[in-house]
Amino acid sequence: MFEIIGERINGMFLDIREAIVNKDPKNVRNWAVKQAECGAYWLDINTGPVASKEEQVEIMAWLVKCAQEAVDLPCAIDTTNWAAMEAGLKVHKGKALINSATAEQAKMDVLFPMAAKYEASIVALAMNEKGVPKSADDRCALAMELLANADGYGISPVDLYIDPLVLPVNVAQEHGPESLEALRQIKLLSNPSPKTTIGLSNISQKAPNRPLINRTYLAMAMCVGLDSAIMDAEDADLVDTAATASIIMNQTIYCDSYIKIFRQR
Amino acid sequence: MAVTIAKERWTSKVAEMVIGPNDLKLGGESTLSFLHFEGAMPNRPVTSLEVFDMEPEDWPDMLKEAYAGVMNDPVAWAKKVVEYGADAVTLRLMSAHPDWKNASADEVAKTAKAVADAINVPLIVLGCGVEEKDGEILPVVAEALAGKKVLIGCVTANNYKSITAACNGYGHNIIASSPLDINLCKQLNILINEMGLPLDRVGFDPSVAGLGYGIEYAYSIMERARVGALTGDKTLATPVVCFVGENTWKAKESIAPDVVEWGPLHDRAILWEVTTAITFANAGGTVFIMRHPESLKRFNAFIDEAYKSNAY
Repeated sequence: MFEIIGERINGMFLDIREAIVNKDPKNVRNWAVKQAECGAYWLDINTGPVASKEEQVEIMAWLVKCAQEAVDLPCAIDTTNWAAMEAGLKVHKGKALINSATAEQAKMDVLFPMAAKYEASIVALAMNEKGVPKSADDRCALAMELLANADGYGISPVDLYIDPLVLPVNVAQEHGPESLEALRQIKLLSNPSPKTTIGLSNISQKAPNRPLINRTYLAMAMCVGLDSAIMDAEDADLVDTAATASIIMNQTIYCDSYIKIFRQR
Repeated sequence: MAVTIAKERWTSKVAEMVIGPNDLKLGGESTLSFLHFEGAMPNRPVTSLEVFDMEPEDWPDMLKEAYAGVMNDPVAWAKKVVEYGADAVTLRLMSAHPDWKNASADEVAKTAKAVADAINVPLIVLGCGVEEKDGEILPVVAEALAGKKVLIGCVTANNYKSITAACNGYGHNIIASSPLDINLCKQLNILINEMGLPLDRVGFDPSVAGLGYGIEYAYSIMERARVGALTGDKTLATPVVCFVGENTWKAKESIAPDVVEWGPLHDRAILWEVTTAITFANAGGTVFIMRHPESLKRFNAFIDEAYKSNAY
């Protein structure tokens, strides 16, 4: 079933930043509940840019605890700070999602063992120190490296969420179809196949009518094998699109109340 | 090279229902039927034989012979069914049918109460099959049977409201019926659940057909529902009720005595019912409502074997 990774608990947003500064869990809990009601399967947790590297460690653990006290959902621990990542994993209940590794060897060699140790799933971006690949083929080559390394560390492909990277359609238009083609090919890399994810909102950065672009791309991506997305769970039209695409792809058995049921999983 | 046993890692399971005075559990499967090596089938499939609340004139002789002497007395008939080894008694309130006796709700409720009081196994109560009439009688029957944890059916999209409300109020379970359509089935489960009846108190009647008369449609629907249940679709994770006897004892293979190329009637009639039941047991059926005691015996023998663990 399609997994929504709710993006809202992020220190980039003012209310979450305030929650962190004041040590007041209210807003974090509210967003956990709200996103769960909207159909989120994972809650992305990001401390945001304000705190120092040292402070992030404690903040991440606090955010994860606050979110999981409010709802019975797993978290996607979203940070480039490895100490904060591990702090989040330590307090997490259930199977967490590490967000994220890339195909840089040094990163894979730290984060894959961490995923194995904490029995977490892991998001891995199809890019390396050279940047974002241009073509679908280059993305898939990196996806294969991610898959081979994950396998080497004993991580099952079903716990590996490969992100082929989505770029804004207004400035990197040629990447749109390449990412879609990469999604299609990633699902063919192994059996069982790796899972896939994208940071959906990237497709519409600084473009007008972002919701329309987001939901159109989501439907297109689900058609070629997208299993999950970091996205705005509060955008009802977007979640309706995910529910409908899931029905049309025969991933969920149809019923007249499918839109409502999609949010109740 | 060593062989690795491929085991599916299912993420969810069928709801577990509790019925009757002996708190009989059914459902709860976390694997495909009888694949004990990759999941649990915590409860044995439940078998039942039908009792009519009036003598069914259109039954074939083989069935009438099996219940000779008790067909005018639902209580005695129910006791006979228990004697024959059924896990549960299924009482069909045919006398309420407008074309039969058109009995009132109070009359059939009285019979249902008498039968329930006389047995110590779970009771399954079925209406006469006319949606409107069942919508009238079954709430009254539910009230008369308060606290007996019976399984009441069948409700359809047209009459589920009054019956669901009564089942919820009097502590019963419900059978939701849809015409070989998994989408309608799922939707009906949702509507029933929205009235406050938990999904572990709902059974799913896919309106099965017997061997040779569309069994494959029912088979694939049941299989699809089970896979849905095991992969996390809670609205489909309800135990499946199979009306085996009702659908096999109208097949001409079960009643035509003089068709030479089909062999002896007795054997084929029993096998028609048993084969249908075994087929549905493999597809994911949970409750098997049959008619002939000999079929029940043979089906139970199959379950005994299939229910043995094949874990590696």
